[in-house]
Formats: sequence, C-alpha cells, structure tokens
Amino acid sequence: MAGVAVLTTINGDNVEYLCQPDETLLDVLRDRLGLTGAKEGCGTGDCGACSIILDDRLVCSCLVLGAEAEGRRVETIEGMAHGDRLHPLQQKFLEHAALQCGVCTPGFLIAAKDLLAKNPDPTEEEIRFGLAGNLCRCTGYDKIVRAVQDAASVMKGA
Amino acid sequence: MVEVTLWGSLGAIAGGKSKVEIEAKDIRELFRKLAEQYPGFEPYIDRGIAVAIDGTIYRDTWSKELPQGAEIFLLPRLAGG
Amino acid sequence: MNFDPRYSGRNFTSVGTRPIRPDGVDKVTGRARYGADFNMAGQLVGRVLRSPHAHATIRKIDTSKAEKLNGVKAVITAADLPDLTDGDAAMYDILDNCMARKKALYDGHAVAAVAAVDARTARQALKLIEVDYEVLPHVTDVDEAMKHTAPLLNDAIFTEGLEEKPVRPSNVTKRTQFGHGDVHEGFGQADYVVERSFKTEQTHQGYIEPHACVASVSADGTADLWVCTQGHFVYRQHCAQLLGMEASKLRVTSSEIGGGFGGKTHVWAEPVALALSRKAGRPVKLVMTRDEVFRASGPTSATSIDVRIGARKDGTITAAEATLRYSCGPYAGMWAEIGAMTAFACYRLENVRTVGYEVLVSRPKTAAYRAPSAPMAAFAVESAVDELAKEIGMDPVEFRIKNAAQEGTRSSYGPVYGPIGIGPTLEAAKNHPHMKAPLGKNQGRGMACGFWFNFGGQTCTDLNIGMDGSVSLAVGTVDVGGSRASLSLVAAEELGIAYEQVKAVVADTSSLGYNDMTDGSRGTFSSSMATISAARNAIKILRERAAQMWDIPLDDVVWEKGHAIAKGEKYGNLAALSLREIAAASGKTGGPIAGHSELVADGAGVSFATHVCDIEVDPETGATRVLRYTVVQDAGKAVHPTYVEGQYQGGAAQGIGWALNEEYIYGKDGRLQNPGFLDYRIPVCSDLPMIDTQILEIPNPNHPYGVRGVGETSIVPPLAAIANAVSNAAGVRMTHIPMSPPRILAAIEAERGG
Repeated sequence: MAGVAVLTTINGDNVEYLCQPDETLLDVLRDRLGLTGAKEGCGTGDCGACSIILDDRLVCSCLVLGAEAEGRRVETIEGMAHGDRLHPLQQKFLEHAALQCGVCTPGFLIAAKDLLAKNPDPTEEEIRFGLAGNLCRCTGYDKIVRAVQDAASVMKGA
Repeated sequence: MVEVTLWGSLGAIAGGKSKVEIEAKDIRELFRKLAEQYPGFEPYIDRGIAVAIDGTIYRDTWSKELPQGAEIFLLPRLAGG
Repeated sequence: MNFDPRYSGRNFTSVGTRPIRPDGVDKVTGRARYGADFNMAGQLVGRVLRSPHAHATIRKIDTSKAEKLNGVKAVITAADLPDLTDGDAAMYDILDNCMARKKALYDGHAVAAVAAVDARTARQALKLIEVDYEVLPHVTDVDEAMKHTAPLLNDAIFTEGLEEKPVRPSNVTKRTQFGHGDVHEGFGQADYVVERSFKTEQTHQGYIEPHACVASVSADGTADLWVCTQGHFVYRQHCAQLLGMEASKLRVTSSEIGGGFGGKTHVWAEPVALALSRKAGRPVKLVMTRDEVFRASGPTSATSIDVRIGARKDGTITAAEATLRYSCGPYAGMWAEIGAMTAFACYRLENVRTVGYEVLVSRPKTAAYRAPSAPMAAFAVESAVDELAKEIGMDPVEFRIKNAAQEGTRSSYGPVYGPIGIGPTLEAAKNHPHMKAPLGKNQGRGMACGFWFNFGGQTCTDLNIGMDGSVSLAVGTVDVGGSRASLSLVAAEELGIAYEQVKAVVADTSSLGYNDMTDGSRGTFSSSMATISAARNAIKILRERAAQMWDIPLDDVVWEKGHAIAKGEKYGNLAALSLREIAAASGKTGGPIAGHSELVADGAGVSFATHVCDIEVDPETGATRVLRYTVVQDAGKAVHPTYVEGQYQGGAAQGIGWALNEEYIYGKDGRLQNPGFLDYRIPVCSDLPMIDTQILEIPNPNHPYGVRGVGETSIVPPLAAIANAVSNAAGVRMTHIPMSPPRILAAIEAERGG
C-alpha cells in the first residue's frame, strides 16, 4: 500500500511523516516518531491510555488515523513539561502519589489538562466525570482526584 | 523427637493420622524422614510444602531448626498475586 | 551473614515519611519504558493464532501458505516447542498453555504464531494458516463440570485426595481438606445455624498494560528478553527450561510494569517470542491485544461455595464448615485449596472444616489475582456471618469482635497465630465515624473482614556506595507500585543518610542473584529485609575503613546517623567521619565499598483488614452507587504510608468492580462474549467515592522494622462488605457475584413475589 505524506504540528514542532492509510495516529506516534508516552491499553477507545489533544479536543489516538493529523495540532504527554519545569498537574501527581504502575498516567495527565483548560475550577464530581474515559486499575482514583484538585487550585493562583 | 501436624489431605496419605512423630533437627531432615516413612508424601514435597513453626510459616528455609516442644504444622506451599 | 531478622523497636527517621518516588518524573513525562516501549534493530512483529473453539482436537496445522507470504520470517507451532519438561507436570501445563499441543482447551488458546516484517503481514499470515479442528463438547460452568455427565477435558485426570482411589477420570483434579475439632458436635451446640450457597463469576486482573515482550535469540544460543513481568528471574527459569537453554545465557530485563496483580507471574507469550526469534534469527516483538489478554491470560477462578455456621445465643460460634469449588481452567491448580485455607482465617473456632475441589473447565488457565482465592471464600463466609449475627440479634461488628482470632488462636488452616491485627482492625472500624453516619432511603451499610498469608522468599540485593557517597541500590523484586521509594527509604534509614542520596533500580537477571517474583505481597517485605542486611554489611566495611583512616581498632568505631564515630574518651578530638568522607577515601583504603545480601526472607506476617461501605440501591432498576468506603488494615509498619494507602485503595477498587460489575460471560458456544473494556467494565473514576484508609501498625516479629506485606489483603473484604451493604439496602440476601443490576433486580422481585 502506498504511504500517505502528512505534515502536522506535534507539541509545537512541525513534523512530516509517511504512514499507511489504515495506520492509527497512536501507531504513528509510537512506532514512527518514537513518542511512546501514549500507551495502547485496548486499541478500541475504552481505556484512555493513548489520550492526546488534537486541535484543543481530547481524543483517543488509537481511534484517529495518522493521515487525519494533516494540518492539525497534536499535543502529547512529551510536550507537557516546559524544559525541566514540570506542569503543575505533573508535579501534583508526583506529590500525591497519584500513580502506582504509571502506565495510565500520561493519559490521565492529558485528560486532566484538557479538563482544567475547559473548567479551571471543577467540583469533585466534575473531575470524576471528566476523567471517566481513563481507566486506572491501581489507585482507586482517590489520589488522582486529589492531585487534580490540588493542581487546579495552584493553577488558579498562578 | 518433634510432633508434626499434617493438613487434612496429607493426613489421608499417612493412613488417616493428623499427627506424626519424627526425629528431626531441621526442616531438611524432617522432609527427608517424612519421605522415607511415607513415600506417598514425596510428590507433595516436590510440589512444595511450607512448615509453620509456632505459627510462623517457612517456605524455603530448610535449614530452620525445629525446637523441642514447638508446634510444627505442615501446609501446602501457596501461590500469590 | 548472621543477619538477625527479628523485630526491634526503634525510632525511625526516614521510614514512615512520604517522599516522591525515584521513578516518578519518568512516569509523568512519558519517558518511562514499559513492555511495548522498547525496540531493537531489525525487529520483527510476532502474532499468535488462537483457537476459536472451547475444546477441540487439533488434527493438523498447515503453515505452508503462511510461510510463502512475502515478509514472513518464521511460523511456529507446538512442534517448534518440543516437550523438554522431563515429567514436570506443572511445567508441561505451562508449555501446553503457551502453545496447544494436541487439543485446544479454551477459546483463545494459542495454536500457532508468526513473525513478519510488519503487523499487517503478520496478520495476513495468520489468516493463511490452516488448522483442522475436530470440535469436542465443552463445559465452562464450575458446577456443571463436576457432574458425571460433563464432557471430560482430560481423561488422564483422576481426582487426587479421595479416600478411595477413583476408577473413572474426572474434571475434579483434587480434593483438599482443612480444619480441626468436630463440626458435627459443634453444630449440636448451636442455637442458630445459617446455611447458604454462593456463586462468584470469573474476573480478570485487568492491568491496563497488555503483555508485551521483545525477544532476541542469537545464533550462539545466548538471548535477551525485555518483558513486563512481576518476576524476571522466574520468567528466565521457565523460558530457559521450555526452550532448552542455560539460564545464565538468557538475560531478562524487566521493563516498567503497567500493572500485574498476579497476572504477570506466568509466562504466556515469552517462550513463543523466543521460539520465533530463534527460528527467524532476528529480534521479535510480541504484544498482546486487549482481546487476547482477556481470552488467553489472567483470569481468576469462578466459584461455587456452600457455607454453614452455627452459634450459641450469646454469639459464640460453635462450628463452621464450607465446601468450595473453584474453576482452574483446563489445567490442575490449587485455587480451591487456598480458598479452603483462608475461608475462616479471621475467626477463633473450636470446630471448623473446609473442603476444596479443583475443577477443570473450558476456560483460560486460572492465574493468581491479588490474594488469590481469598476474596470469594470471604464473600461466602462473611455473608453468612452477617446473616447469623442478624438472626442472633447482635450487631455485626460486635459479633465479629466476639469471635475474632487473636494471638494464640489456632487458625482454621492449622498453625497457631502470633501477634495479629484482626481484633484491632475490628475495634478501629467500630469506632470509626463512618459507622455512625446516617443512612438515607434505599441505602445500606455493610462490613466484612479479610485475611491473607503474605509471602517472603528468595531475595538478593546489592548496595554499592559511590566515591561521591551516593548509594546505588540494585534490587531483584519488580517494582509494581512504588517499592523503589520504600526500599530507598529503608536503605537511607539503615545507613543514616538522606533518602535523596539513594537511587534504587531493578537489576536484570545477569546483574544480580536469583529473586522470587513480586507476588504474595512480598516485594517490600522481602527486599527491605535484604536491603537492611546489605546495608548492615556495608556499614561493617565503612567502620573498617574509618578505623583504618584513624588507625584505631575496629571495635572502637560505631556507626551513628550516617557517620563513623570513634568511641571512647581517648578519641575525644576525632571528628566523626561521614559516609561521604569515607567513600571519597575508599580508593586508598581498600577499594569500592558495597554491601550484599542473599537471603530467604521467611516469616512474613499474616495480614488482616476490615472494610466498611455504604451502598445505595435503586429498587426500580437494580443499579447501585457506592456512597462511602473505608479500609482499615494492619501494615505491620508502613514504610511509605502514601503507597500503603494506595494499595488499600486500589485493592478496594478492584474488589468493588468484582462485586458489582466484572464478569466473564461465555456463550453457549464456549466463546468469551466480552473480551474488551467496553463490555467487561472495570470501575471508572465516576463510579467511586474517595476511599478512606486507616493504617494500623502491629509489628511483624519476623522483620527488623516490623513490616508486613500490604498489597493483597485489601481485595479480600470488598466482595462481602458490598454484598452485605447491598443486602441491607435491598432487603434481600445477595448470593451471586457480581451484583449487577439485573441480578439485584431479580433478587428484589423474587423477594416481593415470594
């Protein structure tokens, strides 16, 4: 099958790649571009471990084709920190031990960033429903919710 | 001489006994003598038997001494998550 | 050597604090490498062909068309994994489970595998493999499988443990029995007797990261394996044995692991990947899909349990018995046996008997799942205990406190307990504000207790002190939930230095001696013991070096708060030497300074928990909502309390999912109907409330700091606690897990109708 040439922006950088027409954006990120922060937990959009932001919209990258990124803006976990300065969500996830195995963490951070961008002052219930598309099997979500609450208050103050 | 309590299934192999007396100074010797006296135990020993000495379970320390008068209890060696 | 593991009370400096974990930044920035995040040059993609039948003879496999497809580099079947197990039945089962030999034994059983240049070619190749099956009758239900009329899954199995040797083969591989006293007599003394039957459905560990590995076998017979596993040393042993390799020539590196919960204690894909790589002469990456994870890996047993408990009017239990039937998948296991041991472990019983039956069914091979077998037994027992308390007219907490096991009690599985925490967790639950909080309409409160043994086992740790005084800690137990942080705290505590001065890593199998897996809640218990031992060995060397630097006798040097101190008035003017100073001079005082430890960490302390929860039931739909949840558990000593809380919360959440939603659903054709997270629904964030935790610390006498394992016990009480809460809310006893809305509705309607 002939490859599709794609020109896109990932974490602010212009990126060009060739991909197969049936190849997911997740596979492109992981296998072609070496951005393995997004994880494949299911491949069917059920677990959220591959969450990315595509033009300000939270999506599962396993449900997007690589070819669909043409001309759009992609944000992944690799672009969340600024140099050696962690994003407040990353910092709060560490402080609250909001991760155990950590494999769902990139997806949760991206989903939480998207949530706070749209709702800077969410209630506990809004956080719980906002993150309901991401599965975590280790934590019981308690510490994740607290980390997001704490990060929200820090970001409001900033 | 130590008195060794068997769990139900092992007792059946020892002719219905729930306790046996063995002259053994440590777990290694206990297993060796048990296998000699009760050949039917051998597959169980191969599969793994844990020894509780006064309530503490030892799974691998075959050099562990068996104190006189201690409660010695045999258990299946378990799998965990 | 001569390491004394006994507990000695002390004031801690580092242990008990809550620093950030050493692997944290990599995990929040996406840099941490899990099983599927690793690649090798020239790597091929491996894929596995799986049986669509629940039970079928494999007459013939024709791989010739697949082999001819451009880009296919190797195709293997069971013929490429010859039987080298030499009569080791357990290893043979593992081999057969990795690749079906004569029969496919469940929907999803591997029958062939390919390695190709890319995933698309590999998928195409699978379609070109022709398997000639003769479909056989199957059985997936545990009670059905025990019937004489059930299809036999393995005609070489004759039930073990029966008084008379059976003459006919059976799906029941083994009968086991535990207990003491005389239950017949005990029931004779009872004023009240509760007798109930319960069922629980099969669940999956549900780790978010599917199994993944990269295998590279060289022509000289050496090999590397990168893999997500709970025990890379065990994987090495098993893979080496199955492939006929020397263990030392196979280096296994454990990746970061995206959850295991017992499900990554077992090889499935790894021997297949190695066999593919050996045949193709190139590295092979093999990653399971979620569908494969559900169909072919993991699950816990489905169970059917009868319980009978009797008590006097004053609330004293006089007798207790249970019959437990656990599904094992198509291979023998000891799952009912563990259930039979744990069922009544919380109680002080004069007369108790449990009988377990291991049952073969046409489902995947049962694997350990967090305190394996204990949650189902606890569900049955704790439900009956609640009902009995109700019949007597006692408060369920008081009833449990009255009958709780204590130090000196003979456990239901045999040995006499040392110091244990069941009583204190019950008292703490009784006094918890949660118990007094008001309940609304259609809301119910439930509680339950749980027990798990905890394991120790073979453990090996290296502690190397750099010339700059920083400490590298190499451990061999895989870090599944923050143990690198807790072990760094332990090293810092013992050496008397700052946590930040220690860096812990999980070493590969060529860099460290053998370690048992991270299972049985043993990771922090065992490796902290080895770390303390290694640190003490290093301290001895540090003292020797200080003695040398001062030119005084070793006996006059003591180690305090990270410094060598010359003891005695005559050394009054000698300034203490810090670890850094001694390390800096090490090149001139005898070379590198290190402490090593190889030991069997035995004497793991048993662990108990009590959970309390409030559930609201919608009587019109049967839907439930978890309103409040509290976990009280004994940790012995919480090394890093935040991660201990995390274990409590995570176990509770898994138990909540099991209790209310999760189940394997098989069709009449024996095929799994819900092999995905959409239809196998694990709890999401909006399903749960905050999960309150209370850590009790009743020191384990067999660990220098009093540590007990904490990881597993938290999944034992939830099934029962929630069942009791739902039963109280709905006014009808729930006896079948999961309590999904249709089951609750049916129970409510049956109660109304009856």
